[in-house]
Amino acid sequence: MAKKKIVEQASVDKDENAILNKETEGLSQGQIVFRRFIRHRAAMISVIVLFSLIAFVYTALDWRIGDEDDPFIIPGWWKYNFEDMPNLVYESCPGGTVGCPTIDMVPFLDGDGITLGEHPFGQDDIGRDYFALVMRGAQRSLLVMFIIGAIAATLGTVIGAVAGFFRGWVDAILMRLVDFIITVPVIIIGSVIGFHYGNKGAAFLALLLGLFAWTGLSRLVRGEFLTLREREFVDAARVAGASNRRIIFKHILPNAIGVIIVSVTLLMSGAILLETALSFLGFGVTAPDVSLGLLISTYQDAFTTRPWLFWYPGLFIITIALCINFIGDGLRDAFDPRQRRRLSRKDKENAKMMKNREEVAP
Amino acid sequence: MRRLGALVIILFGSSFLLYNLAAISTDPLAELRISDAENKEQLILNLTRELRLDLPPPLRYFIWLRGVLGIFIGNANFGLTREQEPVITAIAGAIPVTVRLVFVATIVAIVLGISLGITSALRQYTRFDYGMTFFAFLLFSLPIFWVAVLLKQYLAIDFNDFLVNATISPPWILILSMATGFFWAAIFSGSRKRVLTIFGGVTIVNSLLLFFLSSTKWFAYPELGPITIALLGVAISLGVTYLSIGFSSKASIRTALLIAGLGTISYFPAQVLLSSNRPRLAVLILLIAMIIVAVGASFVFSKIDRGPIIRTSLISSTIIGLLIIVDRLMQSWRPFVESDDVNYRPVATIGQSTIWLSEVPFWVRVLDQVMHLILPTIALTLISFASYIRFSRGTLLDVLNQDYIRTARAKGLNERTVIMRHAFRNTMIPLTTIMVADIAGIVGGAIITERVFAWQGMGTLFNKAIVSFDLNLLMGVSIFLSALAIAANLVADLLYSVLDPRIRVGAGK
Repeated sequence: MAKKKIVEQASVDKDENAILNKETEGLSQGQIVFRRFIRHRAAMISVIVLFSLIAFVYTALDWRIGDEDDPFIIPGWWKYNFEDMPNLVYESCPGGTVGCPTIDMVPFLDGDGITLGEHPFGQDDIGRDYFALVMRGAQRSLLVMFIIGAIAATLGTVIGAVAGFFRGWVDAILMRLVDFIITVPVIIIGSVIGFHYGNKGAAFLALLLGLFAWTGLSRLVRGEFLTLREREFVDAARVAGASNRRIIFKHILPNAIGVIIVSVTLLMSGAILLETALSFLGFGVTAPDVSLGLLISTYQDAFTTRPWLFWYPGLFIITIALCINFIGDGLRDAFDPRQRRRLSRKDKENAKMMKNREEVAP
Repeated sequence: MRRLGALVIILFGSSFLLYNLAAISTDPLAELRISDAENKEQLILNLTRELRLDLPPPLRYFIWLRGVLGIFIGNANFGLTREQEPVITAIAGAIPVTVRLVFVATIVAIVLGISLGITSALRQYTRFDYGMTFFAFLLFSLPIFWVAVLLKQYLAIDFNDFLVNATISPPWILILSMATGFFWAAIFSGSRKRVLTIFGGVTIVNSLLLFFLSSTKWFAYPELGPITIALLGVAISLGVTYLSIGFSSKASIRTALLIAGLGTISYFPAQVLLSSNRPRLAVLILLIAMIIVAVGASFVFSKIDRGPIIRTSLISSTIIGLLIIVDRLMQSWRPFVESDDVNYRPVATIGQSTIWLSEVPFWVRVLDQVMHLILPTIALTLISFASYIRFSRGTLLDVLNQDYIRTARAKGLNERTVIMRHAFRNTMIPLTTIMVADIAGIVGGAIITERVFAWQGMGTLFNKAIVSFDLNLLMGVSIFLSALAIAANLVADLLYSVLDPRIRVGAGK
């Protein structure tokens, strides 16, 4: 019984392999990965959501470039800026609270359709428009995330590559350094940095945090390099007279790129949570600037009376982190050569048809 | 031994790094510089002398190190805090609080995460699997402080409000039961008829149970009693036996039933013991009795293959023992909620224990600590068990594709043996790595959780250290946390060699 099943399974495997091989004929590695990624539905949805969210968030508010008194302004599409203080709206709020959200997403019950109103996410204590605040916070958080991601990716890749390629004492020193940094919980390093440099702006904070976030990645890259450098194509390149730099960047790195991209995406979703956590503790972005974690931290006690001050920033954090996690998952599947797509019924029918045709043809 | 030496060097290195980082980025004098006190110069001078700010940070590190190295001569104080109190006393008070939090959360996360991950892997590409994947990603993306505030509102405040009445309205009974039914039906997916049967069955049983519990006001005054313990005991020991050795041998079933029976009987002497005025001793005695019973029962019934049976009965007797203790805790429920300090708000949102104004019995105090532990543990668990779900699923799927699994199936072993003996054990090996990484993560999460729930643990100390520029305190906290991470690493290495005989610790290269 079991044996028969295994034999059947083997023949099914063979057929499926044939289908999959046919699909990848004549394509470069990049094209194969791209095709696989496109097919990952959750990841594709996340890409679309994330990019539209970024566009939405960054175009919402005015951009002020140049000096404080006479800035050059690129207008955003939202009427308030995060520093504006319109009057607090009192009327029509339930339970005697102030500044409740005017967004109306229920089109049928009260009959006036989906409307945004004056302050869709409500207002905070001093009347600032909460929608503008959340937009600003999301901008900061995304900025921090990308800076940390970029710095950690560069540092981690270069250090890991150098350690893995040259081995010996270079490797020993660099990896001890990694050990030193990795044993201190990241939240402690973050808080120490954040408490003293948080007021110098989100970008500067992110820069410093990025300097300590590369360790995990560099270990992975090193491992990858240690195995790849023993392969034949590296020997071939060396015999052909390629320099060390060329071997590292042209020959080995492209082969390790999958591991790097995947772990950088995961690192970025970790980064946004780290930034919000630090801001929540008060060691991150500080007032008068705004970040999503800071908003939650400021209004956590208002949850029972004015829950919207708490919900909206949280939803933005979750959406961003969730999208990035799904994209990372999609990338991992796309880069993993062992990962096989589940064939749809249509694929199998096509394959059967092809097979029949081949049998008839000769 | 060589590994241990390397670890100590790492500990020194990382503390050196952090000390310098913190020393460079802090400026304890900043506050004084902008102050307008008359003797400003004098104050600055004093503080400089006190904290040795005249020395560059790398040199100051060695002054701090002198305090740490005092370990070897017996008076390590890890330096003094800004209030001239030895850091070690401040930390000694905080360690148990944090460790309690981290320990419970880790265990719950591991057990729940691995079992959900494995179920998900065994049901690959079903709706349950997709649901679990989405759930895990959602948990990955949740900021812990956000979850904690939500828990405070819905699990503590609203649940306490619910306990005043302690009745569930019929629509809610239906919704809850259907949700449970849906969950189980998703796990046992199969033909449509089967799914519907399971869904219907679980829903009906559950609603009857909830209706019964709600109408007897069980939630307001929970209790187990010997009959429930007997029933649960049989179910548990049979369940554990099924998972670990199966029902193929008569000896295992007999042992399981005997364990359940003895567990129930021991309920009565345990009551006397636990209510005596030496409760800690009583728990110890109970534990030893459980071990003796488990081993003894296995010896009575089994002739061959004693090892697995002893292991199984140990697990089930431990669970039954826990049930008895839970029952004892539930007996203290009434004095607990009715006391003035608790006043019918049992699920606490703040602090690690109630400050009792009057003398209370031991079990009430334990129950109180448990009630305080619930919310932070749930928050920490939610955050960390997502990685276990994902990782155990992935690893098990990898393992199931291996040749030796095919061999095991080809030998004619049943599915349970293949999965529990051949696949599960091999899944555990890479999982230990994740556990170690995760403990560091949980500690980080604990710092935030302590803040939200106002626990007086390491997180609070750490906060204080940063805000008051207290380098010694900061270093004390961080070296403890680093040591914890490193110890976890060491444990993982040892676990590796237990799980995987190919790896030998200390074999050298």
